[in-house]
Amino acid sequence: MERLKVNLCGIGIDNPVIPASGTFGFGYEFAQLYDINILGTFSFKGTTKDPRFGNHTPRIAECTAGMINAVGLQNPGVDSVIKDELPKLKEVFHKPVMANISGFSVDDYAYTCEKLDKQEQVGWLEVNISCPNVHGGGMSFGTDPASAAEVTRAVKAVTSKPVIIKLSPNVTDIAAIAKACEEAGADGISLINTLLGMRIDLKTKRPVIANKMGGFSGPAIFPVALRMVYQAANAVKIPVIGMGGISSAEDVIEMMLAGATAVQVGAANLVDPFACKKIIGDLPRVMDKYSIKNLKDIIGGALNG
Amino acid sequence: MKQGIFTIISNKRIARNIYEIVLEGDTSAITAPGQFVNITVEGFFLRRPISVCDCEGSKLTLIYKTVGGGTEKLSSLKAGEKLDILTGLGNGYDLSKSGDSPILIGGGVGVPPLFYLAKKLISQGKSVTAILGFNTEDEVFYEDEFKRAGANTVIVTADGSYGKKGFVTDALPDYDYSFFYTCGPEPMFRALSKAVKTPGQYSFEERMGCGFGACMGCSCKTLTGNKRICKEGPVMESGEIIWKD
Repeated sequence: MERLKVNLCGIGIDNPVIPASGTFGFGYEFAQLYDINILGTFSFKGTTKDPRFGNHTPRIAECTAGMINAVGLQNPGVDSVIKDELPKLKEVFHKPVMANISGFSVDDYAYTCEKLDKQEQVGWLEVNISCPNVHGGGMSFGTDPASAAEVTRAVKAVTSKPVIIKLSPNVTDIAAIAKACEEAGADGISLINTLLGMRIDLKTKRPVIANKMGGFSGPAIFPVALRMVYQAANAVKIPVIGMGGISSAEDVIEMMLAGATAVQVGAANLVDPFACKKIIGDLPRVMDKYSIKNLKDIIGGALNG
Repeated sequence: MKQGIFTIISNKRIARNIYEIVLEGDTSAITAPGQFVNITVEGFFLRRPISVCDCEGSKLTLIYKTVGGGTEKLSSLKAGEKLDILTGLGNGYDLSKSGDSPILIGGGVGVPPLFYLAKKLISQGKSVTAILGFNTEDEVFYEDEFKRAGANTVIVTADGSYGKKGFVTDALPDYDYSFFYTCGPEPMFRALSKAVKTPGQYSFEERMGCGFGACMGCSCKTLTGNKRICKEGPVMESGEIIWKD
């Protein structure tokens, strides 16, 4: 449907709905439920240079209108992703996929991005400098403009595909980080990753999650995400992917008005595996309700300019 | 896996903090005892994973313990109300391994999936013994149901207030068996792992995000590689488990 199409960093996508990394695996679980080719694209499970088991369990805690996770980037490592996961994905998904990459040093990021950049199925590289659940890396790159720029430059130097830097909300000045990424050559930014949160079990009087803290996501964080996307989109000219608590077609439109070119849907996939299918199906009706002809025309509609 | 809307037929307390809910809906995705379903409870973000206690035609029976706000809310629902449920989750018990005289060992709220298993094994002509352990008399449930299904049923309580006094491992040496199937708390599993005389299958529990393999929230390490409790599990072979203690 023409009216849902947007252009994300030079690649046209059929609609702006993208399942977020870490909530969609490498696609197969969902491909058994519906044709995932209806998606704009999806961002696959965060991939690192070496295989990772991740954190101890419990890794999950429930919150009012949301959840906390501390999975800790469990993934089979970039070589296995290329050898095992991408060929399997090719069977069920025929569009460019968004590769999501994490690392523990600038060299790690460059190494993993360079390998994934060469994969024909990969359309975009989404570089996660904002994981709150791993020590000695992840989020530390995303909370300082100079470090964010350093990772961006290192990845851009070894890749040819659009590089999208995934930002942390756990910062005081999101606009400064967004600008630093843009100036370092990023083709886009995506935000927000999860907010650092925690729960304590009243029975055991101990943190619910083995890692004590984790990333808070779900509908509860939508207003925070919307505010930060608005601030970031006001600060940069490159495309912004908005995410954080999106669970309806209305949320998609609101996020796009705040400046998002496309959106990612995360926690909603975990409680309703058909969430993205439903959102895409609902968009035309909701657009009609608010007299929106084409989605691409509303991007940044609420920005000050 | 299927997503379906189920209608509550009945929802009643059957022991202390233990409820039996009978539902009507599309159960076609449920293929083996030991699988679980994941229920949306209004007002709570994550679904509640609950093992299948019985499944016959379009009738699905679940038994759950009220442990927090979500299950308490679930226990307040009345006949006629509807629930959004994902069914057919996880890999269940492998009946082909049972031999002629399998033993089923359940602890507390781990007992329910063994009921569906007992019925299936008995329908295949197996001689089934069930050792069901509880803390105290007012927590005991489904003794009559297991007996009616044809299982040689033994109840043990930790305080001796009903049945044999002690733990399931105290009753176990009294029986010969060809294979074991178990579900219950991990301390019981650890004791059992030292007491059993044959291979068997354990069904594990973990806090889950999605329940269908997407979020990696319930991963564990095994001798046969990393597994997701919700997807490759919840049932694991005795020979692949890495005991934490």
